[in-house]
Amino acid sequence: MRKYFDTIQRIAGNVVTVSADDVAYDHLATISSARGDSLAQVIRLEESLVSLQVFAGSQGVSNNDRVRFLHKPMQVPFSENLLGRVFDGSMRPRDGRGPVNGEPLDIGSPVVNPVRRRMPDEMVETGIPMIDIFNSLVESQKLPIFSVAGEPYNELLARVGLQANADIIILGGMGLRHDDYLKFRQTFEEGGVLGRAIMFVHTAADPVVECLLVPDLCLAVGEKFALQGKRVLVLLTDMTAFSDALKEIAIIMEQIPSNRGYPGDLYTQLARRYEKAVDFDEAGSMTLLACVTMPGDDVTHPVPDNTGYITEGQFYLRNGRIEPFGSLSRLKQQVNGKTRDDHRAIMDSCIQLYALCRESREKRDMGFEMSDWDRKLLRFGTMFEERIMDLSLNLPLFDALDRCWKILAECFDPAETGIRRAIIEKHWPVPLS
Amino acid sequence: MKGKIVAVDGSLVVAEMEDRVVQNSVGYCVRSDGTRLLSEVIRVRGQRADLQVFEETRGLRVKDPVEFEEQMLSVVLGPGLLGQIYDGLQNPLPQLASQVGYFLQPGVYINGLVSDRRWDFTPTAKEGDTVAAGDTLGTVPEGIFEHRIMVPFTAVGGYRIEKLVGAGSYTIEDPIAELVAEDGSTLPVTMQQNWPVKVPLSVARQRLMPVDPLVTRVRIVDSMFPIVRGGTYCIPGPFGAGKTVLQQITAKHAEIDIVVIAACGERAGEVVETLRDFPELIDPRTGRSLMERTIIICNTSAMPVAAREASVYTGATLAEYYRQMGLHVLLLADSTSRWAQAMREISGRLEEIPGEEAFPAYLESRIAAFYERAGALELGDGRIGTLTIGGTVSPAGGNFEEPVTQGTLKVVGAFLGLSRTRSDARRYPSIDPLDSWSKYGGIIDNEKMVRIRRLLAHGNNVRQMMTVVGEEGTSLEDFTVALKADFFDNVYLQQNAFDDVDAATTAERQQFVFDKVLEVIDLQVEATEKKQVRQAIVVATDLFRNWNYAASDSDEYKGWLEKIDQFIASKGRT
Repeated sequence: MRKYFDTIQRIAGNVVTVSADDVAYDHLATISSARGDSLAQVIRLEESLVSLQVFAGSQGVSNNDRVRFLHKPMQVPFSENLLGRVFDGSMRPRDGRGPVNGEPLDIGSPVVNPVRRRMPDEMVETGIPMIDIFNSLVESQKLPIFSVAGEPYNELLARVGLQANADIIILGGMGLRHDDYLKFRQTFEEGGVLGRAIMFVHTAADPVVECLLVPDLCLAVGEKFALQGKRVLVLLTDMTAFSDALKEIAIIMEQIPSNRGYPGDLYTQLARRYEKAVDFDEAGSMTLLACVTMPGDDVTHPVPDNTGYITEGQFYLRNGRIEPFGSLSRLKQQVNGKTRDDHRAIMDSCIQLYALCRESREKRDMGFEMSDWDRKLLRFGTMFEERIMDLSLNLPLFDALDRCWKILAECFDPAETGIRRAIIEKHWPVPLS
Repeated sequence: MKGKIVAVDGSLVVAEMEDRVVQNSVGYCVRSDGTRLLSEVIRVRGQRADLQVFEETRGLRVKDPVEFEEQMLSVVLGPGLLGQIYDGLQNPLPQLASQVGYFLQPGVYINGLVSDRRWDFTPTAKEGDTVAAGDTLGTVPEGIFEHRIMVPFTAVGGYRIEKLVGAGSYTIEDPIAELVAEDGSTLPVTMQQNWPVKVPLSVARQRLMPVDPLVTRVRIVDSMFPIVRGGTYCIPGPFGAGKTVLQQITAKHAEIDIVVIAACGERAGEVVETLRDFPELIDPRTGRSLMERTIIICNTSAMPVAAREASVYTGATLAEYYRQMGLHVLLLADSTSRWAQAMREISGRLEEIPGEEAFPAYLESRIAAFYERAGALELGDGRIGTLTIGGTVSPAGGNFEEPVTQGTLKVVGAFLGLSRTRSDARRYPSIDPLDSWSKYGGIIDNEKMVRIRRLLAHGNNVRQMMTVVGEEGTSLEDFTVALKADFFDNVYLQQNAFDDVDAATTAERQQFVFDKVLEVIDLQVEATEKKQVRQAIVVATDLFRNWNYAASDSDEYKGWLEKIDQFIASKGRT
């Protein structure tokens, strides 16, 4: 049954209000205007008034255009044929090939019962010592990369995607520059992973609202693959663009803003997406790595702030390096206790000493005399930055640990490292006096 | 009582009622496929009721029916709560998993207690006795506890026990007693009863001043910022500062009878960690699994927001129930900010006039009322039961000058503020030793503690000065103070939560180590150069750290202690 409603009451921003009966909350409609058809989603019901957010934007929609309700929520056709394909935020192919048919999958599925989640315990080795030693990535983890415009966050994301041991890679691009999109595609092609990758890309040139569906599409597809036993890695960039789209809709809907114009439910909206990262009991897993650009390099901005409270840690990418301070993988304790017995000791000790080195540098920069201890720290800091912090390194974990020991032995006496005696005795690379 | 939906906006539904409705009562929004979505009346205006729906509202339509119930949002109380894992509305998650699989399906609800399990009841009262609300009729063994079956808390005035069953095995639905009121009306009693979650449950002779220290085995807490049984505390901190780890180790090691963990709007992964860990861990005090003393209320951040608001109340009610048995209960709410945000979301949908940062104007009074549910009670028969509440706060941007932190600080007895500077430097637990405070008395002699506080403050001043004038511009005396403050921080305040021994320190060991640390601090190191002082402190730090990692009374422990004593005897000369 096709039912048309021709009574558009209001067009404001990207929200169109029509009068209609028997419409369900959260379901879809299409609006046919001179610009063509666009999907729209019900975001409020009030008596006979239905508010719809229009994915293609409301430009060109007139008050006697036709609205047709589809009586179903947003769905994505699921099949193996999705692999190797590129779509936009409304599920239209972006690669010039035809649409994909498959089992229709509701996006925004119910929450996973926590008792059916496994405790994640598989480390994802990336070959980057700043990740592997200091903040190990763990299967099913959700981690953001906090960065600012201009930093190579997309490159880092792509590189982790290439090197990580995942069955399926899903990229969700939101507000992506067209060049960046092409670069991702090129990297995946050259790395030979395009055949097991799916890309949902919303570029900065596309209507803003369309980017709202990108994370849901990625996660719905990823979840289904995970349920089939696959190990899925979802890469999202940039979640700040997603949040800004949420803000836009909330303001148009006259919701009371809570912080810098963002809606009060920003935390909930973000959590509903990030929490999809999962390690299923007796099935596969979905790991989520997301870029969050921090406006003004301000981590207290609502988007990075709320994200930090949801995700299991964060990486700070600054000056082309993963910052050792502030960067944190909360799940690292699940895996780094069983790699090698010195892993944790090295991790703690190097960071504490590097923190002290920073203090000594500050003192030096202010022109104070350097004590012997300061000089040791300065030496350590330089070596650490050159041999460990470099992001272009590709070192297996044990080699990276050995390298840390070497640096420590070159700079300090065993007692100065703060590492307990038993570990020192076993791993100190030069004979102990 | 019936109604019809007239509007849907996120988790808020407006319904038009045919007749009367009770504020905070339960309603079910019936989707066209027959699924009934649980909701609560939160505002009544004329013939219209605003309902917060505890499920996703996807698929609801205008004119869909709403069925109202008389009773307020309640939980069921009785034997079988311990060891359970509930969602925010007391649906047992393991049972849901076996019934509906990986996902939580909207509209599927399961009773919080198993109705066909049999419990061995032993009467303690006898027929003819006069009893009142909260009095014990008998007990059933529940794990390591004697679960008291009590006269319903809703009972008003005195009752005579007309009938009481003998010792035997009963389900929670079997009648076990019949009580007769003075006016002759009868009150049948089973082993289960309901209680509305938003009404504090407290049936007692009087409320006592909480004074008994609650030993968490976290040194910085027990020694510097103590908590007491029946008291309240809060842990505000930016993300990544270790709030949840601190709550988890408290749940594991705290010297308390029962722990209720209300994971409110936080990560599912953290709950899973607790779910998988606790059944394996043995409580050294009882020799039984930790799960036997734990109840987990789990409303993770992805679950519907209205149920998040209810989850802390559900936790508080279950905790209060066990307090009525004369037990010591600890409720850990993580995080209260998520609960406050849930209120903000609902308030926004209700179009209430917003207060600061769009939080509702009643935020502070709600926070105060929640923490006031803690307390030490002298019960009807003279026993004492306590409920301690510890809540984490997740302030936006890590800035404590925000409404939830400020509203909480006004009403709690101890403030354990986590600092990003400390966590960035991996100084865990990252409780700030200078900013935090506690109004309670602890396990360390106050006079000694005052000296340490002075040392830490003095050391901090010197450190700040040193960044300006440098090490060479600092006197040897000041320099020594700064190093001693660092020493105390390194070997006493910092604790490795992931080391089996260091993670938990008993009160006796804390007192002993504290005195030893003090001996070192009081040592007059004979030094003429800063290098010598630093060397002495490095050695002492190394000795104490190794000592901390040694299990109490092991040979290793004794060995390190001996070395420390030698160090002290030699006045730090090495």
